[in-house]
Amino acid sequence: MARAAVPGRLGARLRWLEARLTGRHDESDTARTLVFDVPGWPGHLPGQHVDVRLTAEDGYSTQRSYSIANASDGERVELTVERIDDGEVSPYLVDVLEVGDVIELRGPVGGWFVWRPDEQKEPVLLVAGGSGLVPLMAMIRTRRALGNRVPFRLVYSLRAPRSQLFVPDLRTADPGLDRTFLYSRSAPERWPRPPGRITANDLSAGGWPPDFEPACYVCGSTGFVETAAGLLVALGHDPRRIRTERFGPGG
Amino acid sequence: MAVISRGFHGRARDKGHELPPGQYETTGFPVLSAGPTPVVSLDDWEFTVRTETGVRYSWNWQELMALPSETPTVDIHCVTKWSKFGTRWQGVSLDVLLADVESGAEYALVRSYGDYTTNLPLEDLLDGKAWVAYRFDDEELPAEHGGPARLLVPHLYFWKSAKWVSGIQLLDEEEQGFWETVGYHNYGDPWREQRYQGD
Repeated sequence: MARAAVPGRLGARLRWLEARLTGRHDESDTARTLVFDVPGWPGHLPGQHVDVRLTAEDGYSTQRSYSIANASDGERVELTVERIDDGEVSPYLVDVLEVGDVIELRGPVGGWFVWRPDEQKEPVLLVAGGSGLVPLMAMIRTRRALGNRVPFRLVYSLRAPRSQLFVPDLRTADPGLDRTFLYSRSAPERWPRPPGRITANDLSAGGWPPDFEPACYVCGSTGFVETAAGLLVALGHDPRRIRTERFGPGG
Repeated sequence: MAVISRGFHGRARDKGHELPPGQYETTGFPVLSAGPTPVVSLDDWEFTVRTETGVRYSWNWQELMALPSETPTVDIHCVTKWSKFGTRWQGVSLDVLLADVESGAEYALVRSYGDYTTNLPLEDLLDGKAWVAYRFDDEELPAEHGGPARLLVPHLYFWKSAKWVSGIQLLDEEEQGFWETVGYHNYGDPWREQRYQGD
């Protein structure tokens, strides 16, 4: 179909940038954090993601999106990647990519699932399922880096203690950040809540009353997000204050 | 010039079925939406077309069901990189819904239950390119995939195929929708990889 190309502002264009891996560390039994130096990186808002492009020697190329894990910090971009066993890209990023290697990325992408500390003064509820914690962690880290006083509550549903991401970071004292951990399969010894999926009670106890009008960010698998966002609506939260982001399989 | 990724080979390529640039094939049906899934009762459901001069046309669920339907089998391409081949739908062509609408508009702003919007040129809704779809794979369209009814415009990235569709505003001037105002492309042709503003 013939259509004239719509001219865009060249300055607004997201260009592919070279990203050099400068560090990496294991984050859990299946996830690894990759630290990149990206010359020309314009900075980002917490919650935004990047597109990653890999190109094979025969010219075949594929892309995936990954949430940014760190607070904006010059030309540094950290991605926390969950290894999906039959994935095409995530096993490469987690197992093959070495310090000094260069990949391509462009971004930051996304202006909806973001926390804007300059504009948003309302309390914040973060609801994470598994690796859905990554963009929410960027919000927690941004709040901490800015010394922002907006009260945050995190409700983090994870399979088992060994699947927890960002363990040292979430152990750090962070006044005004309340943390609730929900284990879906196996909980630490003597944990008061039996293992199980997220419930209305968990969100009521670990979140904010709806009349506080919090901004709610829900991120995880499709099933988790459907459940958690539905529970928030049932508890009386305005659907317009609930932002969702889903992590599909296929990475 | 692309940077070669040392040691990256990728999956075996299916030469028989061409993917738009940057896409990969999935056999699942991932879900993408900005907020909670709205609950829309069929008793309250309505699809409304408003013209640039303010004339309103509307159909309730029974009226939609009474219109002739088609069963397109199409490939769909999501801006989040997945493509799904050969998806099977049932719905009413926009050619049927817009047949008697008097309008000289160039653009459309599609609205959904739950306040979602998306924009596209009106001509992309005509000539057998778009449907209001209410069945997927011989089943009622599930709510998380946009049921009771969603727009289906498979030649554009799938966010243009608004879930929980409630109507179309016809416009003389282009007006940006939800994702478009936060940086996604106004047109969104997957074959030209128009993901973001400026692509």
